Amino acid sequence: MLHRECGVFKTSYAADMAIYPLPLARWTVVGLVALFLALPLSLSEYYLSILNLILIAVVGALGLNLLVGYTGQISVGHGALMSVGAYTAANLITRLHAPFWLAVPAGGVMAAAIGALIGVPSLRIKGLYLAIATLAGQLIIEWTINHVPWISGGVQASIDVPRPSVLGMQLKTQTQLYFFLLFFAALATVGIMNLARSRIGRAFIAIRDQDVAAEIIGINIFRYKLLSFAVASFYAGVTGVLYTYYLGVANYEQFQINVSIDYLAMIIIGGLGSVLGSIFGAIFVTMLPIATRWTLESLGGLIFAPSELANIIPNLRLVIFGALIIIFLALEPEGLYRLWRNVLGYFRVWPFSY
Amino acid sequence: MKATSTRMLAWAAVTAIASLVAASAVGQQKEIVIGVQCDRTGATQIVGVILCPALQDYVNLINSRGGIEGYKVKAEEIDIEYKVPPAVEAYERHKAEGAVSIMLYGTPQTQALTQKLNEDKIPGTSPGFGTSAAANGARYPYLFPIAASYWSQGAAAIKFVKDQLGGSLEGKKIAYLFYDNPAGHEPLVILQDLQKIEKFELKTFAVPPPGVEMGAQVLDIAQRFRPDFVIAHLFGRSPSVAIKELKRAGYPLTKVIGLVWASAEADVEAAGGWLVADGYHTVQFAGVGDEYPVRKEIVAMYKAQGKQPSKEMQSTVYYNRGLLTAALHIEAIRRAVAANGGRSPTGEEVKKGFESIHDFSLGGLVPPLAISATDHEGGGWVQIFQVKGGKFVKETEWFRAYREVLAKQLGAE
Repeated sequence: MLHRECGVFKTSYAADMAIYPLPLARWTVVGLVALFLALPLSLSEYYLSILNLILIAVVGALGLNLLVGYTGQISVGHGALMSVGAYTAANLITRLHAPFWLAVPAGGVMAAAIGALIGVPSLRIKGLYLAIATLAGQLIIEWTINHVPWISGGVQASIDVPRPSVLGMQLKTQTQLYFFLLFFAALATVGIMNLARSRIGRAFIAIRDQDVAAEIIGINIFRYKLLSFAVASFYAGVTGVLYTYYLGVANYEQFQINVSIDYLAMIIIGGLGSVLGSIFGAIFVTMLPIATRWTLESLGGLIFAPSELANIIPNLRLVIFGALIIIFLALEPEGLYRLWRNVLGYFRVWPFSY
Repeated sequence: MKATSTRMLAWAAVTAIASLVAASAVGQQKEIVIGVQCDRTGATQIVGVILCPALQDYVNLINSRGGIEGYKVKAEEIDIEYKVPPAVEAYERHKAEGAVSIMLYGTPQTQALTQKLNEDKIPGTSPGFGTSAAANGARYPYLFPIAASYWSQGAAAIKFVKDQLGGSLEGKKIAYLFYDNPAGHEPLVILQDLQKIEKFELKTFAVPPPGVEMGAQVLDIAQRFRPDFVIAHLFGRSPSVAIKELKRAGYPLTKVIGLVWASAEADVEAAGGWLVADGYHTVQFAGVGDEYPVRKEIVAMYKAQGKQPSKEMQSTVYYNRGLLTAALHIEAIRRAVAANGGRSPTGEEVKKGFESIHDFSLGGLVPPLAISATDHEGGGWVQIFQVKGGKFVKETEWFRAYREVLAKQLGAE
């Protein structure tokens, strides 16, 4: 977690499994909740909108990390599964006027069903081969949405969706949407944390580490691999629905293959197989382009003329983005989460390191 | 060592004070902000690297003449890489900086921001992309296509083909070669309606993304279907591939017409040069070429500053489209300021400004638009230019066609 800890010696399984290993952990959680609830009071609408994008990305990254990081099954079809969720919800909302508490899980469930189907090849193939199989899934879903007007609705395969209503109030401002998205992001985080600690999570990890061994100790590979695909796809579907609600439109071009790649980048940079890593990755990939632009805008004017700057910023930003990813990964191949652990480890004994 | 650090500290202090002074000076000046979303690095950078400098050039030209009614214009540009989340972030930032209008860029980005524009009452423009239905100002109050939609382009292309084939399409064969995405599908409804009216045979040939492989489709067109005309609606790299492949298959390019995103200098050059593409027809929503006074004024502005005109000006198709977009924003803001008695305008007033634009031709570069509260497309005017002798040659004046068919579709939406 985020706090400093030391002298923790666990002597029972119960202590090892506890969600709060220290009393301090409880206070950290309380502090975090208070921080997130208080944030909208101090942030302007613009910063909140960035935070909202991050919250949506967190949900998607958590799901993909469960599949790739915990279960060791690679997938490049995450973006398409988001579109499954988005279009399921959009159709339910526009045709049946479904409320958000129905549309969000429905989008997730539909994506889970289709995701499990895409995951079937994982029973026979692994690694790069599986990546190609899921790529096919991505393309088939894209094609279907593009060519079946019954799903993709009106003009240009996009469906306008009204903003969600909570207790009769329609959420419009960034602050209101922030709380809406925060609720789902928190739910998703707690969900994955608990899933990873449970019997199911342990089975996922066993499959990742050595699937033959996992089968021998009695884990039903068929069931757990598909379950992992289903849960990850559920998260993807929910991400798609959240996007749809946030933007007010389900659009097929928002969920193309580059989105799948972006999410893979998030979890690889953040750290495979860790909840905090997914969150770090989502923040990093969303914020880095924005932050580099802020920096370049404020400092670039000292060196370049404004007309040149307009051209330099976007290009240099991509270069810096790429370079930073390489630097971070070279510095710590296991991602930002590991970097964070190293920093914590250093401060655990600070200032009396030996 | 000590001296150096002291000097550096002093420098830092001086720069800090200087920037503070500069900031307050800017604050005192009367300024209007336009949000510009650009794609100089993403999927459609081929367009963005020309379009965006053009926008800035026009805004600089206006500012060099004293701005709009005493207000300086600041076109705040943000690159969005043709992705949706950066576009949302860019929009929020423009909103926070008080932008009175937004130049959107890209179909998915336009879709994603349409609802926000309505909620925040900021007009946004989507020339040449977005949905054709957005021409309906009653349904999309804050979205302004301001240029011929895909529907208008499709209808105009059919009209042009009809004229080329001697005034009647009855019994003729037309091939529609399109990029297989929603934007590629869009003109189809109009083409199908017109097929019934004009009684021609229509066959569609889809090119799957990324659109660089269409040998089979082109062979099918050139050797099996043998149409009287081909309408090509392609994007990105694919128009150049289409030109090349059709040429190789021996199909005459004088019987091919490309819609607006298959119609720039870059496409001709990528296809192998002007000689290869000779005869190819293109649909344009802004004037093409160098013969417009506004371009001369921009060259003069550069000369007055002692600089060479930007090299982007040579790519006249996208450059002139950038001028058109910027000019219409400036004109809308000018009308808004004139109407409200000189106050700094709000987004709502600029929307009214857009809806009052008419008789604004920019020396022929802009079509005879008449934007109104119900028609945000401004009439759907296009010109046809042909690749001939190393440049684009104008074939028609501004025209539009089959408006009643379009009106029916707009009503049905």
